[in-house]
Amino acid sequence: MKITKEEVIHVADLARLDLDEESIDRFAEQIGEILEYVDTLNQVDTEGVTPTSHAIFLNNAFREDEERAHLDNDTALANAPEKEDGGFIVPKVVG
Amino acid sequence: MSGLLCFASGYAVTSGLVFASSEALFKRSALQAERSLSEALLSPINQKEEYRMKLHELTIHKAHGLLKKKEISSVQITRAVLDRIDAVDKKVSAYITVAGDTAMKQAELADKAISKGESRPLTGIPLAIKDLICTKGIKTTCASRILENFVPPYDATVIQKLKKEGAVIIGKMNMDEFAMGSSNENSGFKLTYNPWDLARIPGGSSGGSAAAVVADMCLGALGSDTGGSIRQPASHCSVVGMKPTYGRVSRFGLVAFASSLDQIGPLTKDVTDCAILLNAVSGFDNNDSTSVPKDVPDYTDALQQGLRGITVGIVREYGATKGLDPDVSYAVNNAVEVIENLGAKCIEVSLPHTEHAVAAYYVIAPAEASSNLARYDGVKYGFRDKEKTDLMDMYKSTRSKGFGPEVQRRIIIGTYCLSAGYYDAYYAKASQVRTLIMEDFKKAFDSCDVILCPVAPTPAFKIGENIDDPLTMYLSDIFTLSANLAGIPGMSVPCGFSKEGLPIGLQIMGSHFGEEKILKVGYNFEQATDFHKKKPIS
Repeated sequence: MKITKEEVIHVADLARLDLDEESIDRFAEQIGEILEYVDTLNQVDTEGVTPTSHAIFLNNAFREDEERAHLDNDTALANAPEKEDGGFIVPKVVG
Repeated sequence: MSGLLCFASGYAVTSGLVFASSEALFKRSALQAERSLSEALLSPINQKEEYRMKLHELTIHKAHGLLKKKEISSVQITRAVLDRIDAVDKKVSAYITVAGDTAMKQAELADKAISKGESRPLTGIPLAIKDLICTKGIKTTCASRILENFVPPYDATVIQKLKKEGAVIIGKMNMDEFAMGSSNENSGFKLTYNPWDLARIPGGSSGGSAAAVVADMCLGALGSDTGGSIRQPASHCSVVGMKPTYGRVSRFGLVAFASSLDQIGPLTKDVTDCAILLNAVSGFDNNDSTSVPKDVPDYTDALQQGLRGITVGIVREYGATKGLDPDVSYAVNNAVEVIENLGAKCIEVSLPHTEHAVAAYYVIAPAEASSNLARYDGVKYGFRDKEKTDLMDMYKSTRSKGFGPEVQRRIIIGTYCLSAGYYDAYYAKASQVRTLIMEDFKKAFDSCDVILCPVAPTPAFKIGENIDDPLTMYLSDIFTLSANLAGIPGMSVPCGFSKEGLPIGLQIMGSHFGEEKILKVGYNFEQATDFHKKKPIS
């Protein structure tokens, strides 16, 4: 197996996902198979090749630093699952 | 030339028989598609009653002509399209949201504008929008439970542009969740069925958009393409679909899947409409730092007869593709012959790194996705598991309940490939291979204007056929995802039907900002054939 169940659990934890036993088994198998396929990239000689992150080369995109319209507070909060006093509510973070 | 051009196939095509064989193809498909909607359009305009009943069948450019002459109104077309949705979408299931009321209001405004002589090519035209493009005040779900009730507070740049043109937004289309998939089976809400055969997938991820266009539930649509998500459903549904050059169309307001690959583009009933819609949405945008500050030509200027002086390239490596359906080879070879007979010169080109494109893509796209989808944390918008009182528990439970299996699978692949110790082996390596794939295309386009090839190795498959085998599903993207890695434009145009009567698309790819040449080749092919006029039985 290319990826162990423990690794799936670890990576899911990094990605903030909670997997049940069945998903862990299924993902370990499917992702293992995909990663094995991805390993075929090792057949390519990439010595000295510059990596590409964007296909179209653009220099820094600057714009004038001007005041522009922005969302008002109510609009920005309109989709919040929980809100109060103009802010987002989150579960208690510090003890 | 023919021997060289043939994709691996049991069929041989000889130049002299091209038009005869394409006629045979028409006949075969005609058996499957008795009802020719296009006939209605060819009937005399004085049959007013008949005409009104068929308004939903109009192309954008024909509707524009009639609107401008005030023979019809936008309210009439919009009503006809809404009636059509009522009648057909029970079976096809392409819409997530039908915005009937706002659409009718926009249609009234459009009619007012037209009465004042302000008739632009999209004024009063009902268009469908893939449900990952933000529409102010209209739910935008990405077909995900996690955004089930999300109502964007702003319009995507492409929507602002369409509204400025006076277009009517008719509704939001089903898709694979967050555009991850090739079949619409990964929608968090429902399946969409291929209008040509309701037991089959419409393609994906812009499956709802493609199905709605061919079933006349809109006059045209916008989709997005990260690895083939416009071109493949266009091919499976027999419509025209274009992925423009990366940076041609602003991504502001497009919910991000893989930011270096995503691009918005049109799905339409013919190539002329594709050019019209591309005109409307293209151009630099201050709100998207990856949009390219380059003038937008009038793409309809490219729609001219004659392909003399055009060189088309056929990719040597694509001929050896495993699992390439003989009907697909036959139709594509046939299309190449038609294009050659229209005056184009055919040569063979090589894309030596083709076999590594799928592997590179399925590292880069999930890596970017895992980062982009980190924003769905149950705090700012979207679903939250309110049962959980601990922050970390809330994050995890929200995301696990909100995302479907394919999205979770890709987040895990992406996180793994980016994690400490694996980054160089996966992401860095894939990014280098991406460079080699780009260089392959650059070299190929030194000797040809466009590349012709299939869009998908097979026609639309049956619902459920590949659902448990993600790798097989990924491998079917072989012809489309290289264009996203290289940032080049590509278009699917209808080029035939399988023996079972399922549509097949021809892919035309061009160099960066080579949309005009693609449109020119597509337009000439379309004018010489009738495939785009065939409609499914409904």
